[in-house]
Formats: sequence, structure tokens, C-alpha cells
Amino acid sequence: MTVLLEVACGLAAGVLAGLFGVGGGILLVPAMVLVLSLCQHDAQATSLAAMIPAILVGGSRQQRYGNVRRKAAGVIGACSLVGVAAGTVCATALPDAVLRVLFSAMLVMVAGRLVASARERRRPETPAVSALGSSQ
Amino acid sequence: MAIGAAAGFLSALMGVGGGALVVPALTLLLRFPVKVATGTSLVAIGVTATASAAIYGVLGYVHRAIAVLLGVPDAVGAFGGTWLQQRLSSASVRLAFAAFLSLVAVTLLVHE
Repeated sequence: MTVLLEVACGLAAGVLAGLFGVGGGILLVPAMVLVLSLCQHDAQATSLAAMIPAILVGGSRQQRYGNVRRKAAGVIGACSLVGVAAGTVCATALPDAVLRVLFSAMLVMVAGRLVASARERRRPETPAVSALGSSQ
Repeated sequence: MAIGAAAGFLSALMGVGGGALVVPALTLLLRFPVKVATGTSLVAIGVTATASAAIYGVLGYVHRAIAVLLGVPDAVGAFGGTWLQQRLSSASVRLAFAAFLSLVAVTLLVHE
């Protein structure tokens, strides 16, 4: 039963993320906290792991379309490791409640960005690309 | 390089990919075309997410079974979502989703 629920959550999160051009993590984390009763720390950590298949699939697709500047990706990826180290230290040091507030703030910011883009006249340039890419 | 460090930090802190930071940075600061920015960002944050997940995994925060059960449908769902986007995307739908996200934010805050 829980398995079914988890698969359903994943599917829903993926569809909504693809539909609106937001990252999957943004819906997975609340799903885990609210539906599966994980604590914020665990939800965020698990979300990062859960994102990997989607990123692998999306990334290889983009590679095939020729949208990847490998050198830039490499530099950004490598340097992000410094940030990752700092981020994990901070996240593990902060209490659940603080992480939750930060995450909620981020949700509101994404909502704001959606409202702003809804007001633009023109359609997004490459919706299929932005979905698996933009906030992933 | 700064882009990478900042994105990595945010990603590990929040449990999301850093794409929301990387893509605008690439398009605005480095003048990448949108498609290339998005594609490049995806590969870059693949590294970031994997590293973060690995660290958290070692620390014991990752629920592996849940990660798989959520992650694989998530990848599948994303295909469906982008397919739908071609057909549905309109301002009112986006506003509805923005409202939904805000609702989720509030629920998260009051949840105990």
C-alpha cells in the first residue's frame, strides 16, 4: 500500500514538475514530509537521491540534442562540490524547523516566478527543455 | 566557478537541484542560449545531486527504498509532464500551480 502511494507521489511530482518547468525535488520533499511523514532532513536528503534518475535521463537527452557545453558543465559541477560540502554541514547543523522555513520560503519564491512568467505574453521558448532542466 | 559553488551549496542545503540558480546565471552572466543553459545545467547538477546524495547517504539521511520508488516514477512522470506542457500551458494554469505551491509552503510550516 505504501509502495503504491510512493510511486503515485513520484509520478505526480514528475508530471507537475514537467508541466510547469520546475524541478522534481520541489514537490518530492513536501510529499515525503506531508504524506510519508519523513522529517525535513531526511526528505531533503532522499529527494537528492531520488532526483538522480530524472537528471540522468534528462541530461542524456540534452546531450543528444547538443545542448550541453561539457566543459562548462564540468567546471560548474566540480566547483559545486565545495558548495555541497558547506551545504551539507549547514543542513545537518540546522534544526528541522529552520530547514522547513527555508524550504517554504523557496516554494514561495518559485510560486512568484511562476506568477511572473504567467504574466508574460510569449510562450516559453523550449518547454520540453525547461521542464527537465530549469529548477531540477 | 562561483556559480558552481553557490548552486552546490543551495542544492545540498535545500534538497533540490541547483538548476534554478544555474540556468539564469548561465543565460544572464555567460550569455548562453536558453536551451544550452538548461542542458548544461542539468549535467552539472547531476554531479551536485549525486555528491550531495552520496554524503547524506553515508550520514544515514537517505531512505533508499523511498528514493527509488519516488525517483523512477518521477523520471517517467517528467516525460508525461513535458508532453502535457506542450498542450496545456496557459497563464491561469500556472497561477493555479503557484497558488498550490504557496498552499504547500503554508502546510509545511504548520505541519507537525
